[in-house]
Amino acid sequence: MNPRAKVWLLSALFLAGAVPLHAARIGELTDTTVLEQITRFFSLRDPALRAVLLGSVLLGITCGLLGSFIVVRKMSLMGDALSHAVLPGVALGFLWNMTKDPFAIFVGATLAGLLGTLVVYAITHTTRLKEDTALGLVLASFFAVGICLVKMIERLPTGSKSGIDKFLFGQAAALNTQDLQLMTGVTILVVVLLALFYKEVLVSSFDVGFARAAGLPTRLIHHGLMLLLAFAVVIALQAVGVVLVSAMLITPAAAAYLLTDRMHRMLVLAAVFGVASGVLGAFFSFLGNNLPTGPFMVLAASAVFGTAFLFGPRHGTVARWWRQRSRSARVERENLLKSLFHVLEAREFRGEGVTLQEVCERRRETIETVRHGVIALRRHGLVTFDEAGEAVYLTPDGWQRARAIVRNHRLWELYLTNEAKIAADHVHEDAEEIEHVLGEETVRQLEKGLDYATRDPHGKVIPSTADILRGDSAASAENLIGYGKRP
Amino acid sequence: MSELIPVFDFQRVIVEPWTIDRQHFLWVALMGFFVAAACGLTGVYLILRRMALVGDAISHSVLPGLAIAFLAGSLASGAATGGSPVEHDLRSPTLMFIGALLAGIVTTLLIEVIHKKTRVKQDAAIGITFSSLFAFGVILISVFADKIDLDADCVLYGEIGFVTLHPYAQWGGTDLAPWPVVRMGVVLLLTAGLMLLFYKELLVSSFDSGLATSLGIKPGLVHYALMCWLSVVVVSAFEAVGAILVIAMLILPGATASLLSQRLPAIFLGTLIHAALSALAGLHLAIWLDCPAAGAMVVAGAILFCAAWLLSPSQRLIATGLRRRLTSRDEPGLAGGVEGT
Repeated sequence: MNPRAKVWLLSALFLAGAVPLHAARIGELTDTTVLEQITRFFSLRDPALRAVLLGSVLLGITCGLLGSFIVVRKMSLMGDALSHAVLPGVALGFLWNMTKDPFAIFVGATLAGLLGTLVVYAITHTTRLKEDTALGLVLASFFAVGICLVKMIERLPTGSKSGIDKFLFGQAAALNTQDLQLMTGVTILVVVLLALFYKEVLVSSFDVGFARAAGLPTRLIHHGLMLLLAFAVVIALQAVGVVLVSAMLITPAAAAYLLTDRMHRMLVLAAVFGVASGVLGAFFSFLGNNLPTGPFMVLAASAVFGTAFLFGPRHGTVARWWRQRSRSARVERENLLKSLFHVLEAREFRGEGVTLQEVCERRRETIETVRHGVIALRRHGLVTFDEAGEAVYLTPDGWQRARAIVRNHRLWELYLTNEAKIAADHVHEDAEEIEHVLGEETVRQLEKGLDYATRDPHGKVIPSTADILRGDSAASAENLIGYGKRP
Repeated sequence: MSELIPVFDFQRVIVEPWTIDRQHFLWVALMGFFVAAACGLTGVYLILRRMALVGDAISHSVLPGLAIAFLAGSLASGAATGGSPVEHDLRSPTLMFIGALLAGIVTTLLIEVIHKKTRVKQDAAIGITFSSLFAFGVILISVFADKIDLDADCVLYGEIGFVTLHPYAQWGGTDLAPWPVVRMGVVLLLTAGLMLLFYKELLVSSFDSGLATSLGIKPGLVHYALMCWLSVVVVSAFEAVGAILVIAMLILPGATASLLSQRLPAIFLGTLIHAALSALAGLHLAIWLDCPAAGAMVVAGAILFCAAWLLSPSQRLIATGLRRRLTSRDEPGLAGGVEGT
């Protein structure tokens, strides 16, 4: 097993270990079994639970959509910086009239977030400091100001039971109707704005130069996106908490990025993943009564990412490993076919079949290795193998493949010596690599370009495509005793 | 609003810490300086190598490492005493360091795997890695709350004021210094020593990894060594300043110093000065406003950064602004002169 699979497996094991232990504790506290909790969750009888679920869905949609754009714009950590930078705004919004008024907090947090992005912009544009440093600076400094303010507010007589510290790790259970209205408003705004300006945002995300040349206000788009991002961070605060909002932005979008190459598909996938991780997170947090929601949502999102990372059809690790394996197996087979051809060619295609001994001498390999290779060839119907006599006979298919590979090799050698003026003793290695990937179309062009040459730089015959396709060689038909059928 | 910011009482804020409360304040101030300096020195290389946000990632992901270390510690001591965990020995420093090192290595590896094996860019890889690990840590802490002696507050802003509550290190029968201060001092000394010892390696591999390779230095090895050391520094600063404010301790001193100079030795000196100033100013600020000391230290450091940003001789923000205004005032006069002729 490779190391990353181990890491994922370990974390899954840890989670699996954590859940039952925890469930046992709930049982003591509330006298409900896990099963009852699960039925309560899915029957949606609890009004608070309905609010949480609605909140997670809205959150997932907004974060997924905006996250996709910040991931493709390579600004992922801007979301992180922004989410930490809103904390002083949250505190100031709270100070406005000393209650947890969602609208005051929304305004305060958005302003603080925007100020944060502007400071990052200013630092990178007026000093030598690089963007990562600027992001880290803003993130931590704003967060420190926020922490100080929050603690000072908690010290006040009215602030002690404010629950403002719930903003740090999030508690979706505390969502009220006003919060939900706000979340709905922001989600609609984000969806509508992105739908209206989809083309503009898309172009400026992938090719700033082109967007600017086309007359698009790229800087305005950047700051507009930052504003929407600040909105998204602020509505996600209650549910996920300041510290982990960035994960809800980045992780679902990154998972979607692994699965598709089209932006609109990525947006849909990211929104779906966002909703899924929000709901899953709410579910686990519900199972474990007073646990913070945020971390569970984030871990759910990471699990989605891990799945996409491993099992994605095109960019997934498993798929890629499988492709690589099958490709190297094919190369192995073709090389063995080529050796069989060389053995036959060395005795001018006389004699019947090729013994394993001859192949071993040619390839300088042990008899076991060659036997394995031959068995693989037989599985693909390229040879027949006489186990008792240890002799190999090419089938018509195998004969065709072998000649095609030798042709590719020799054509390429000739091409390199003739056209690229490379010395004849330097072309073999290169041809060894390319013979397996040359397509039919390229081969025809090569043949044509080389005037249907019949000899390679070392004086060997190049099998011609026409002969190979005919399935038999007219030129050397009398020599072809040994190519295939059993005697 | 007026009750939020207490009146500035010079006697209480500035004088009393140095007179009545000296025994306590001195150690806290020293601890603050040690933390900021050790983090700052390591941070200079993070800034140079454009890895400031890897520092961010490691400081977050040390949390699960610590949680697992505490859990292991409590399980081990529970087993030793026949089932009931012993209160006092939950925080074994060795286990903490091992946990943090492992967390640091896992973070670095995960970022690299995600970044190299997929199309996901490095910034997103960093974000995914540290947020998952941090979330995992938070869940561990809340699920095993009775076994892990860590609370959310400590994670967020540490408890630097508590250093004097710890037992003192003894030397020949007399009390020397509280253990956390001694430990942090050793870490600072080691950091400085390692930076001096491997000055050339770090310098060359930070600026030109091609040259480093040709000089026989392995940039990959230097990278991993730096990440390991970063985890050690972060975990020793953890109790004092928490997981998130550590980022500020890592970046602020170096960033401020590199606004003021371009020479590496001068930057290191500036880092130390910034660390000392922000520790002192921050602690006084914390006494005045009655807020977490670590937070106040970062606020003070950020103010110092802003001052350097506005006043720095090399960036000349104010100087350029002034010159621009002067030239723009000149221009109409010039135009008027042309019109006059």
